[in-house]
Amino acid sequence: MISSILFCILLVASVGLFTYNARKIRRNILLGRDVTLTGDSSERWKTMIRVALGQSKMVTRPVSAIMHILVYVGFVLINIEVFEMLIDGIFNTHRAFSFLGGFYDFLIGFFELLALGVFIGVVVFWFRRNVVKVTRFTNPELKGFPARDANIILVTEIILMTCLFLMNAADQELQRRAYDHYTQAGAFPVSSLVFGGLVSGINSETLVVIERVCWWVHIIGIFAFLNYLPLSKHLHIVLAFPNTYYSNLMPKGKLNTLESVTDVVAPNFDPSYQSKTDPNNPQRFGVKDVTDLTWKNLLDAYTCTECGRCTSSCPQNATGKKLSPRKIMMDTRDRLTEVGKNIDANGGTFKDDGKSLLGDYITTEEIWACNTCNACVQECPVNINPLEIIVEMRRFLVMEQSSNPQELNGMFSNMENNGAPWQFSPADRANWVNEN
Amino acid sequence: MSGTPVKVPTMAEMMANGETPEILFWVGCSGSFDDRAKKITKAIVRILDHVGIKFAILGTEEGCTGDPAKRAGNEFLYQMQAMQNITVMNGYGVKKIVTGCPHCFNTIKNEYPALGGNYEVVHHTQLVQELIDQGRLKVQGGAFKGKKIVFHDPCYLGRANEVYEAPRQVISRLDAELAEMKRSRAKGFCCGAGGAQMFKEAEKGTKEVNTERAEEALALNPDIIAVGCPFCNTMMTDGVKHFNKEDKTKVLDVAELIANANDL
Repeated sequence: MISSILFCILLVASVGLFTYNARKIRRNILLGRDVTLTGDSSERWKTMIRVALGQSKMVTRPVSAIMHILVYVGFVLINIEVFEMLIDGIFNTHRAFSFLGGFYDFLIGFFELLALGVFIGVVVFWFRRNVVKVTRFTNPELKGFPARDANIILVTEIILMTCLFLMNAADQELQRRAYDHYTQAGAFPVSSLVFGGLVSGINSETLVVIERVCWWVHIIGIFAFLNYLPLSKHLHIVLAFPNTYYSNLMPKGKLNTLESVTDVVAPNFDPSYQSKTDPNNPQRFGVKDVTDLTWKNLLDAYTCTECGRCTSSCPQNATGKKLSPRKIMMDTRDRLTEVGKNIDANGGTFKDDGKSLLGDYITTEEIWACNTCNACVQECPVNINPLEIIVEMRRFLVMEQSSNPQELNGMFSNMENNGAPWQFSPADRANWVNEN
Repeated sequence: MSGTPVKVPTMAEMMANGETPEILFWVGCSGSFDDRAKKITKAIVRILDHVGIKFAILGTEEGCTGDPAKRAGNEFLYQMQAMQNITVMNGYGVKKIVTGCPHCFNTIKNEYPALGGNYEVVHHTQLVQELIDQGRLKVQGGAFKGKKIVFHDPCYLGRANEVYEAPRQVISRLDAELAEMKRSRAKGFCCGAGGAQMFKEAEKGTKEVNTERAEEALALNPDIIAVGCPFCNTMMTDGVKHFNKEDKTKVLDVAELIANANDL
C-alpha cells in the first residue's frame, strides 16, 4: 500500500514536471515567426514514417546506424514492459501481464534480447565517444556540457539495462525456489546467463531486496530520464517525429523568397502589383536573434541531438574553418533557452538583455564561410536545416547592416551595373558567339 | 567539324523572323564571359546544332540570375535581377530552358516561380541524356577509349536538385572507365565556389576546399575530371594545378566530352 502511494506520487510528479517543461519548450518554439510550409499532409506522414520511424537517413554510416537501431528498437519495445511496471507500481502487483502465459514468457524473453541489444549499442557508443574518439565527437562545440550530456545519457542507459537484467535474474531465482509470491512468469535467456551464477548463491531474503531495489532504480531511472529530456540533446527521441513531419519537401536548392523585398522591388516592374506584407508591421530583413527565425528553425534546434554528421560533411569545417553546422543549431538552442529563461524571470515578457544570436553566439566568420552546398541538410538524420539560418543571417548582415566581406561589394556593384558578377559590359555578353 | 562557326540566333532575331525556338539556351555569366567557360558554351551549342534543335539565346538581354547575390544575402539585388530576366523571358513567351550552369538551373527552376517566372528548366547534362535516350544524339566513344573519368557532382545539380544520374549516364556512353570518388552523389564534396565563395576570400582555415576536393579526385589517378558546372570547372582546374597534375589530368565539362567524342 505504502509503496503504491509512493509510486503514484512519483509518477504524477515526474509526468507533471515533464509536462511543465515540455510546455515551456513549446512556448519557446512558438516565439519563432510563423511560416507556411508547402506540401500535403500525406507526403508529410510518409516522410515522418520513412525518416523518423524508419531511420532511413541513418544508414549512410553503417556502424552507428546498426547500433542506433538496436538502441532505438529496444527503447521503443521495452516500453511495453515499462507499461507493465507502471501497472505493478500503481496496484502493487507483480508482473501483472503474466496471465498471458506462454506469450508472456516469449515477450519477456524477447525484451531481454532487446535489452541486450540496447546494452551493446550504448556501450559501443560510449567507446566511440570516450575511447576511439570519433572525429565528429571531438569538435570544440562539444566541450563541457554537451560531452557530459552525452555520457550522462549513455551511462544512465547502461545502469537501466543492468538493473533490468539483475532484477530478472533475481526474480527467476526466486521463481525457481517458489519463494513467496514469485511464481513462474517470463523467460530470461540473457539475465540467467549473465547473472544466473551470481544469484544462485544468495539467500532468498536478499534476492527479494535485490529484485525490489533494481525494480525501483529502473523505474525511478526512467522517470528521471523523462525529466532529463527537456534539458538535453536527447529530446530528439520525441521531436524527431514532428520535426520530420514538418520537413522541407521542396528541392534543397530552393531558398525562400522574401516577400517584404518583393513588395519593394515588384512595383518597379508591375505598377499594378499588390503588397503581400503588412506595411504597418515591418519586419527586420533576415535574422539577428532567435525570435527572427521561424518556429521550424527553432524546432530544428530543439531536435538536434548533436550527432555531428552535418559538421563532418561540411566542406568548410573539413578544411579547418570555424563554421560548424552543428554549432549553429546548438547556439540557436542555447540562445533560445536563454530567451525563455529571461521571459520566465520577467513575468512573461522578454526584457532586452543586449545580446543576440548573431554576434554573441554565432560569429560573422562562421556565417560567411558557408558554401550553401547543402551537405549538412542532406546528412541530418532528422531533417534539420542549418543552411536556412546561415542564409537568413547573411540577409541581416547585408540588408540591415551593410556589413559583408569587402570583396562581395565588387560582385554586388558589378551585378547591379553590368548584370554580371564580374566587370564586363552587358553589351559584350554574346561576343563569344563570334569568337574562336 | 570543330571550329566551324555555329549559328546562334537570339530570341530577338527569332521573334523578328516570326519564329519560335524549341528551347532557350541560358548561357549564364560564366559561360558568356569566362574564357574557359566559353568553351563549354561552344560545346553546348555545337551539340544543339548537331542534333538540329531549334534554339536561341537571350544575348545581351540576358543578365545574371542573381544566384550569387541571393546566396550572399542580398535579396534586393537578387529580386531585381530575377524580375528583369523574368520580364524579358515572359515577353518572349519562353517555355523551356536549358542552362549551362547548375546555379542558373537551380535559381530559374526553383526560385523564379515565386516571382512569376514559370518554365520547364533542364541542365545541359539532362538535355544531352534526353537526346541520347530519344536517339537524336549518337555518341561515338572512340576518343575516350581506355581513359579513366571521374565525375565531380556539382552541389546545385546533385544535392540541391537530386540530379545524379544524368551526367553519369552520358559519360557511360563513352568507351571510358567511370570512376567514383568516395564522396560522390548525395555525399558529394563541394568544389568551394558555391554560396558566393567564388567572389570572396576564404575564411581562415587549414586548407582550401578546392585543394581538398582535387586531391580526392587525383587520388584515383584519372585522365579526366568531368564536371557539369563552370564554377566547379574553375575550382577543380585550380586544384589540379595546385598539385602540378595538369599535364596528366584534364578538367572537362560533360558537354565538352560529348562534343569531343563526336568531333563537333
